[in-house]
Amino acid sequence: MLDLKGYGPSLLDGAVITIELAFLSLALSLVLGLVGASSKLSNSRFLRITATTYTTLIRGVPDLVMMLLLYYGGQVAVNNISDYLYKVYEVDFFFQFDPFISGVLTIGLIFGAYMTETFRGAFLAVDNGQIEAAKAYGFNRWHTFRRIIIPQMLRHALPGLGNNWQVLLKTTALVSIIGLTDMVRVAEQAAKAERSPFLFFIPVALMYLLVTAGSEILIKWLNKRANVGVIRGD
Amino acid sequence: MTELITQWLDQHDIFTTTTMLHYWGGLVTTVQLVFLSLVLGLVLALPLAIMRTSRNPLINGPVWLYTYLFRGTPLLIQLYVIYYGIAQVEGIQDTFWWDIFKAPFYPALLAFTLNTAAYTTEIIRGAIIATPQGEIEAAKAYGMSWALRVRRILLPSAARRAVQAYSNEVIFMLHASAIASVVTIVDLTGAARDIYSRFYAPFDAFIAVALIYMALTFSLVYGFKRLEKHLLKHLKPANG
Repeated sequence: MLDLKGYGPSLLDGAVITIELAFLSLALSLVLGLVGASSKLSNSRFLRITATTYTTLIRGVPDLVMMLLLYYGGQVAVNNISDYLYKVYEVDFFFQFDPFISGVLTIGLIFGAYMTETFRGAFLAVDNGQIEAAKAYGFNRWHTFRRIIIPQMLRHALPGLGNNWQVLLKTTALVSIIGLTDMVRVAEQAAKAERSPFLFFIPVALMYLLVTAGSEILIKWLNKRANVGVIRGD
Repeated sequence: MTELITQWLDQHDIFTTTTMLHYWGGLVTTVQLVFLSLVLGLVLALPLAIMRTSRNPLINGPVWLYTYLFRGTPLLIQLYVIYYGIAQVEGIQDTFWWDIFKAPFYPALLAFTLNTAAYTTEIIRGAIIATPQGEIEAAKAYGMSWALRVRRILLPSAARRAVQAYSNEVIFMLHASAIASVVTIVDLTGAARDIYSRFYAPFDAFIAVALIYMALTFSLVYGFKRLEKHLLKHLKPANG
């Protein structure tokens, strides 16, 4: 069998961290994506410009640079704020910016921009007549959003969502660079200590492949469900 | 002129002449790394994409496996495997390869090339299989051989369809190249990390480098838009 030289349990712990990181970032990015897409399609000029600036900025900067900025810069910013609070209001407040939080924030922020584009397209694909019909039935805005728009746009958003999720998962590997002990970092340390890179990196790569393949099946199934009401042309 | 700039720069606390030269060195490394890996990746991807469209599973299968493995795992792991793995290859230290792969630049170039080749292969394959059947039939009716068909009909028409997806891949590669800094290469990100640790000024160091990346990204986006317009001129509506 595979002999991981005692690193097996820490690799598994690392895998759990990777998965937690991925899911939390996904949740954040979905929220940001919905807010971003709604802002891009809103009537308010201010919201539209803010959302466009957000997606443009994210598209121009590498994820690693964003992560380094947030991790190193975030702590400095928090320290400045807590110094100020203490000096002016005598409030004792401290917050430690750890790699996990920075990772979730960065990945969530980056993929929030991609999700914004995905959701924007999906919102636009919902037939206007459906929204008018909801209004005619006396649905308020929230009800229209939850009962009519969301279920119908999901069908259009799912392929893009699935794609973003696969890329997000691979991006989590970057958080090992700012010191989070996810499975990539455990593998790197083990590979260096034992001088056998293939032994540790290949199982980690296989883990990624396993999760990717599993997600692919799940996304296919979700797609099928979401498209149940659609008659396919030949 | 140079002296004036030097004098002006040296009044600053962080962005002095030395710092700016460090960023410049990083920029040169990043551009070299990204440009070389994209060119090599494209050269590799062309035959691979043609193989990938083959109906013979012995030709198509291995290429599928290659693209699946390289697209399904993080680039960082591929970089680590190649960077740490090459030194472990039995006897490599005695060959001339060691002189090349000793420096971190070449393992990184290899990893990036293999990664971008995998993505590009799938992009070109997608464009090839979208070729209208009629174009191929017409080429056959003119008596073109397989090689001539590929060269004159299949690839030029696929290239037009692939440009947009490929421009995304180029931007992706530029951004992904930032991880070269973890194997001690002083690229743009590496330079920013050096400057950060020297002055303990995260905002200055990283926002400056983010602006440089943004300038590069949006120039590339603009360039590709122009190229696309040029290549797809024949599809423009008459009065558009």
